Amino acid sequence: MSSTETTFEKAAPAAPGEPGRALRPKRRFPPAPVLNLAALAAGLGIWALLARAGVQALPGPVAVGKRAAELIADGTLVVDALASLRRVLVGFALGTLLAVPVGFLMGWYPVARGLLEPYIQFFRTVPPLAMIPLAIVLMGIGEVPKIFVIFLAAFLSSVVAAFQGVVGVDRTLIDAARVLGARDGTVFLKVVVPASAPFILVGMRIGLGSAWGTLVAAELIAAQEGLGFRMQSAQLYYDLPTIFVGLITIGLLGLLMDRLLLLAERRLTRWQETR
Amino acid sequence: MNPKISFRRVSRTYPLKDSVFTALDEVDLDIGDEEFVTVVGPSGCGKSTLLSLAAGLTAPTGGEVLVDGEPVTGPGPDRGVIFQQYALFPWLTVRGNVEFGLKLASVPRAERRRRAEHAIDLVGLSDFADALPKTLSGGMKQRCAIARAYAVNPRVLLMDEPFGALDALTRVRLQDRLLDTWSRERRTVLFVTHDVDEAVYLARRVVVMAARPGRIHSVVDVDLPYPRTEAIRLSPEFARIRNTVWQAVYHQSPAASAL
Ligand SMILES: Nc1ncnc2c1ncn2[C@@H]1O[C@H](COP(=O)(O)OP(=O)(O)OP(=O)(O)O)[C@@H](O)[C@H]1O
Ligand SMILES: [Mg+2]
Repeated sequence: MSSTETTFEKAAPAAPGEPGRALRPKRRFPPAPVLNLAALAAGLGIWALLARAGVQALPGPVAVGKRAAELIADGTLVVDALASLRRVLVGFALGTLLAVPVGFLMGWYPVARGLLEPYIQFFRTVPPLAMIPLAIVLMGIGEVPKIFVIFLAAFLSSVVAAFQGVVGVDRTLIDAARVLGARDGTVFLKVVVPASAPFILVGMRIGLGSAWGTLVAAELIAAQEGLGFRMQSAQLYYDLPTIFVGLITIGLLGLLMDRLLLLAERRLTRWQETR
Repeated sequence: MNPKISFRRVSRTYPLKDSVFTALDEVDLDIGDEEFVTVVGPSGCGKSTLLSLAAGLTAPTGGEVLVDGEPVTGPGPDRGVIFQQYALFPWLTVRGNVEFGLKLASVPRAERRRRAEHAIDLVGLSDFADALPKTLSGGMKQRCAIARAYAVNPRVLLMDEPFGALDALTRVRLQDRLLDTWSRERRTVLFVTHDVDEAVYLARRVVVMAARPGRIHSVVDVDLPYPRTEAIRLSPEFARIRNTVWQAVYHQSPAASAL
């Protein structure tokens, strides 16, 4: 379980950096990282107690830790995690890469908005997972349908954010650029893009979250490796420790990716007035 | 001499739900080349609209706006604008903001630096050249916006309450600097303010506007010599003109006709 703790230690210091915290009066409670660790320890304790009490054949933290060590030692966990990560990163990258120009087009040209919006609104209401049967029929059971579904999940959340970012750009900033001699192209690159960057980054985070969630489900259905696949096959043998290892790995990797994007977001939008 | 900016029976209306709002109603005004004109009037009388029309950011719904005898079709770097809401690019530093227009004009790097330094220095922001707008006070933001407009050296300056957020001392200092650069570089300045003293101190003519509908109430000539000094500010002649403008602004008869 040591990997759990180090990750939380890394993740936790982000919290005190949040603004607003500074406005609060002197705190009388311990700092957030201490609370986080205490909660973690308490959670592990309760888990261990429940396992000891024999609830539903629940494996304890030690058993799960042992299983994790085995899976790491024989390389399965790494192979699975890499397979899953590759799928999500490819799908996510393609989705965001397409979402940004499409969102900009929709925000900038009312015609593009009128043409594209019905489709985007429609597909947004269809959970990407519901596309899996269709994707499998059309694209077989290889990598393509999985990446496609992830791509769709990432694209749909990012495109709306990019669009809203463009629509929300302060009119007077555009005017200010125009009176300084900027033409449409320059206004777009020098004003619209930076001004909507915060929205796009938030959209990317949501997109990554939904891509990750979709991935695991996609792997539950048809895959030869991957975290979702591993849990699915463990289920056949009532191999609860492996399922737990899978769950924890999914959570940790998701958290890690989210934190990385959050870090990027903080760096790129440091100029913002209110956060 | 031909006027630099002409408003010819210029109207601007905005459609409301079930009526039309007249922000400006048949405004006639000529501003001479190298003239300094200030505009005063109650809030909502269309002062910003007037500037925006001259800048080419708003199109008139009636009449026409001419600059150098040509109808205005859009904004351009020949007319610098200082916006009431500062409109600084929040992701750029003070220097980045000030260099923005120079970059667009493809001014070479070294020259750009020099001109930006100069403009930043002129508004007293040298110590904050590398600061982001969010770390500046309202008055400092305003000064940064002024430097940004000065840097591109436009022939016409359209200034919308540029000194509104400044303390009295900085305000007087910047008024003097503005007059100083104006008399050296001879720009045409259209300057909106709601401070009657400021309007009289700076201008050769003060345009007094009235609201509902927005229109010109009267134009007051300021027959005071340049350079303007503290002695002029304290002179009885200054007080007399200020009184006239004050009366025109604050005791407008509701149905006062234009001019
Ligand atoms: N886009 C718009 N839509 C509708 N009404 C508008 C619009 N822009 C301005 N107006 C109206 O036109 C009138 C004049 O506005 P303007 O901003 O020119 O006033 P102002 O004289 O600059 O006021 P202030 O001193 O408060 O800055 C206002 O009553 C305002 O409500
Ligand atoms: Mg105004």
